[in-house]
Amino acid sequence: MNSSLRRLVEGGEIDRSRKLEFSFDGLSLFGYEGDTIASALLAADIPVLARSFKYHRPRGLLGAHHEEPNVILDLQLGTRHDPNARATVEPLRDGMRLASIHAKGTARRDKLAIVDYFERFIPAGFYYKTFMWPNWHLYEPAIRRMTGLGRVDATRHMQSAPHHHLSVDLCIVGAGAAGLAAAQAGVRSGRSVLLVEQRTRLGGALLWHEATIADSHGARWAESVAESISAAGAKLLMRTTAVGLYDHNAVVLHERDGDAGRIWQIRARQIVLATGVIERPLLFGDNDLPGVMLADSSLEYLRRYAVLAGQRIVFATGNDTTYAAARAYAAVGASCIIVDSRRNSSAMEAARAAGLEVIVGERVERALGGQRIRGARLSSGMTLSADLLAVSGGWTPLIHLYCHARGRARWDPQRGALLPGEARPGLRVVGSANGARSLSEALAEGAEAGGGNAADAPACADLPFDWGGAPDTRMASRRYRVWVDLQHDVTAKDIALAVRENFRAVEHLKRYTTLGMASDQGRTSNVNGLALLAVHTGKSIADSGVTTFRPPFLPVPLAAITGARRGELQAPLRRLAIESVHREEGAELRGYGDTLRPAAYGPVADSMLRECTAARTGCVILDASTLGKIEVLGPDAPALLDFVFYTRMSTLLPGRLRYGLALTESGAIFDDGVVLRAAPERFVISCSSSHVTAMVAHLEAWREDRFDLARVYVHDTTPRWSTLAISGPDSQRVLAQLDPDIDLDDAAFPHMSARVGSIFGYDARIARVSFTGERCYEVSVAASHAEEIWRRTRAAGAIPLGVEALSALRCEKGFILVGVETDGETMPHDIGMGRARETRTDSYVGDRSLQTPAARGTGRRQLVGIAADGDTVLPVGAHALHRDAGRRRSIGWISSSHWGVGVGRPVALAMIEDGASRHGESLEFEHFGTLHRGTLVAPCFYDPSGARLHVRP
Amino acid sequence: MQILPCPYCGPRSDAEFHYVGDADKPRPSRDCSDEQWVQYLLMRRNARGAARELWVHRSGCGRWLVLVRDTVNHEVQAAEPMNR
Ligand SMILES: [Zn+2]
Repeated sequence: MNSSLRRLVEGGEIDRSRKLEFSFDGLSLFGYEGDTIASALLAADIPVLARSFKYHRPRGLLGAHHEEPNVILDLQLGTRHDPNARATVEPLRDGMRLASIHAKGTARRDKLAIVDYFERFIPAGFYYKTFMWPNWHLYEPAIRRMTGLGRVDATRHMQSAPHHHLSVDLCIVGAGAAGLAAAQAGVRSGRSVLLVEQRTRLGGALLWHEATIADSHGARWAESVAESISAAGAKLLMRTTAVGLYDHNAVVLHERDGDAGRIWQIRARQIVLATGVIERPLLFGDNDLPGVMLADSSLEYLRRYAVLAGQRIVFATGNDTTYAAARAYAAVGASCIIVDSRRNSSAMEAARAAGLEVIVGERVERALGGQRIRGARLSSGMTLSADLLAVSGGWTPLIHLYCHARGRARWDPQRGALLPGEARPGLRVVGSANGARSLSEALAEGAEAGGGNAADAPACADLPFDWGGAPDTRMASRRYRVWVDLQHDVTAKDIALAVRENFRAVEHLKRYTTLGMASDQGRTSNVNGLALLAVHTGKSIADSGVTTFRPPFLPVPLAAITGARRGELQAPLRRLAIESVHREEGAELRGYGDTLRPAAYGPVADSMLRECTAARTGCVILDASTLGKIEVLGPDAPALLDFVFYTRMSTLLPGRLRYGLALTESGAIFDDGVVLRAAPERFVISCSSSHVTAMVAHLEAWREDRFDLARVYVHDTTPRWSTLAISGPDSQRVLAQLDPDIDLDDAAFPHMSARVGSIFGYDARIARVSFTGERCYEVSVAASHAEEIWRRTRAAGAIPLGVEALSALRCEKGFILVGVETDGETMPHDIGMGRARETRTDSYVGDRSLQTPAARGTGRRQLVGIAADGDTVLPVGAHALHRDAGRRRSIGWISSSHWGVGVGRPVALAMIEDGASRHGESLEFEHFGTLHRGTLVAPCFYDPSGARLHVRP
Repeated sequence: MQILPCPYCGPRSDAEFHYVGDADKPRPSRDCSDEQWVQYLLMRRNARGAARELWVHRSGCGRWLVLVRDTVNHEVQAAEPMNR
């Protein structure tokens, strides 16, 4: 196809020396550097570019930029794939492969177009009413295949950049005349300025309207302002959309750069919205046909891309602004007729004087044509032939961001537009977005908002902006289909139906018809819809209410929002200081909480038995560095610990350790841990690995709530230390080979005590505390010495122990894991630690909750052991069944289950209703339909007397 | 995307903070009634407008603070140390 038919030989922003080849629905086409996809397709004279969302109507270009509701394409370029590329926004690149997205086949020959013939059977609310029975989900897959936007390729990740952050004095959104004047004033008053522009060039409407500012052509002036403010340090972001305004003057920008683009998070002292206006379509029959285009967009195509949107053009309007487009097209030789609903205006006279044909007091009743328009029938019955119907139904200010800042729009009847209402702090709306009626007014408002005086605004030749007025609904007849929301296929009839069915509130109307709920947020349809609602309800637009806008202003790829936060960066892993040593040892590393730890040394299934056996018979070494080491210091440290712990700690002797529970205020077990009293006024809490942050916050909360801050202090030292636990009957002998300066004799260094000294000359704290049930020494050294200690301990005969084997050993011993055995309801007496509840009379966190009827009642789930019938390890998560008159009920579940190496049979822990008093009872356990049987026993399977803690080989 | 003024660190992004609940909830003594305890433990003011809220600067200094904040327009009037 010849791409030059509609292209002028000169003019525009395109570079004719750089030809770009691309394809659309299999057709080979070309455009030029500087084209958008849309301008190149328009130049190629392809009328049908898309199929509509619901009825598969043929659609062409209505707009020239982000107002375009129809032409969203599937874009492929090298490795890049964008299933919802906006043709009017996306610059053309060489080698692009484009395809229409709604069509089955191509946009031109869409097999689903037959849906359109059934339109009268698919009114608003059709899906709600028809597919209710028996179940929407029965119909949903087929309907979803027919509708929706582009198809995501699940195998492909969009490339995205990390978020950028920037703080500025002044953030200006929109680089049209008003925005540039604001930026200029901002720079002159010494502020840091960020200017954000969606298009590829600065200037806004100056790029396609004839204007003279500061004695130069408007577009030229825009360039010179850009140069001078950049030189003065202002930052310019092109192809960037402000998609949302948030609390405390935060602006989120999306920069279309590369694949998914980049998110900017801006914090601005002052925000200036110079976002301009977009044109509204006119309401008449078949106003969605390819070839019906916004008049101002047709001018943008002509001036910026040198593309003739039509050669026989009917301009349908009710305002003077459209005449600029008509005169521009006439000037390049197109045949133009203006149909103006008004009787007279100054622009009309001037146009006639310039030789343009103007038909006054007439409206377009219906567009004529099929796959593209052939002409228009007017209200008088007259028919005009045309290949372009350029329409203007008035103007809509872009005040979305003002609404994000909780501004309420107000209806301005003179301009026929929703304008910003009350001022919002830190925010100014200027230019046509604020209702400016001329270029000079826009420049003055901009200059003032930027921190200058209105009088300092650049001088310009007078260029009035005619708003037209409220939407003209006279041609929204019931005889034809009059499209209001082109992206969601909502017609004037749908709105009438909604009102008839009493969905008269604007928010109800919106949801019932889906008006304005498409990805363009109803940019071109919102006000026309409100006008029709007002007609049908007999109210004014001001009284029928307006909808608001929420972020994002434009769709943003999820990949851009994700930014760099994917994979490991989404939730960064903590790593052990000697991870490389574990890898060298053949460890299989897994994530536990947020930490990567050795699950086992070798494949887990093969290593468990070996590691557990070594722990029970010889000596093992475990990297327990993740155990908390929270220091609590000061004269009130004992009182703070007594308050935070359920188990009293003030009675602990220096040098001794005690196991204890901390509760939440609701009495549930918050965490367990071992507390060392290192000195009379110094405690070290060794809490569960994954609860350190929460425990520190918990301690800090109560410290700040009720203690003298000068007398107690909480300090987390966890990451500074590596803790290597040396455990097993042979552990004392192994430790003795590490050259400790501590007397290891059991009389001098008994279980549940700690000593400070050195090993191999390195400062070390050694605690005798056991998580396996065997004799054990936890050696804490500076993280930098951990590797050496590990290697030397291994050389002395210790076998490495992973987290999985440890879990089996502690299960056999009946030691709970908080969050595994316990949940948010488990209280200390549920796990057999009810003594303090009965004996303590002083206050501690959660105290009162342990005395409520719920805490004291029966039926609480309690910790028990389950002895399996047979040699099969019971499944974790299996529910204990209670059968009563044929009904089955879960009375608890198995929380941990392993092969018990020490006892030579399966061991399991469970939380069972009233389990503590039901030892000996046999229960059925169900797991995914399979039944198992087990007997309730005391939770400790291995060495209940604790004799093993003192055993030596 | 609010900016919250930590009394210790100055203005910081709200992502660093964690909301806890109503400030100024006196802890009843152990001999209170079940109803009083439930009131303290579970009931929230859920204020619309001016509120005194307890926050913790979790990803910052770790300290607790009271924010005097409007829950409708998110304006922060003051930030106080929890323990004055
Ligand atoms: Zn802080």
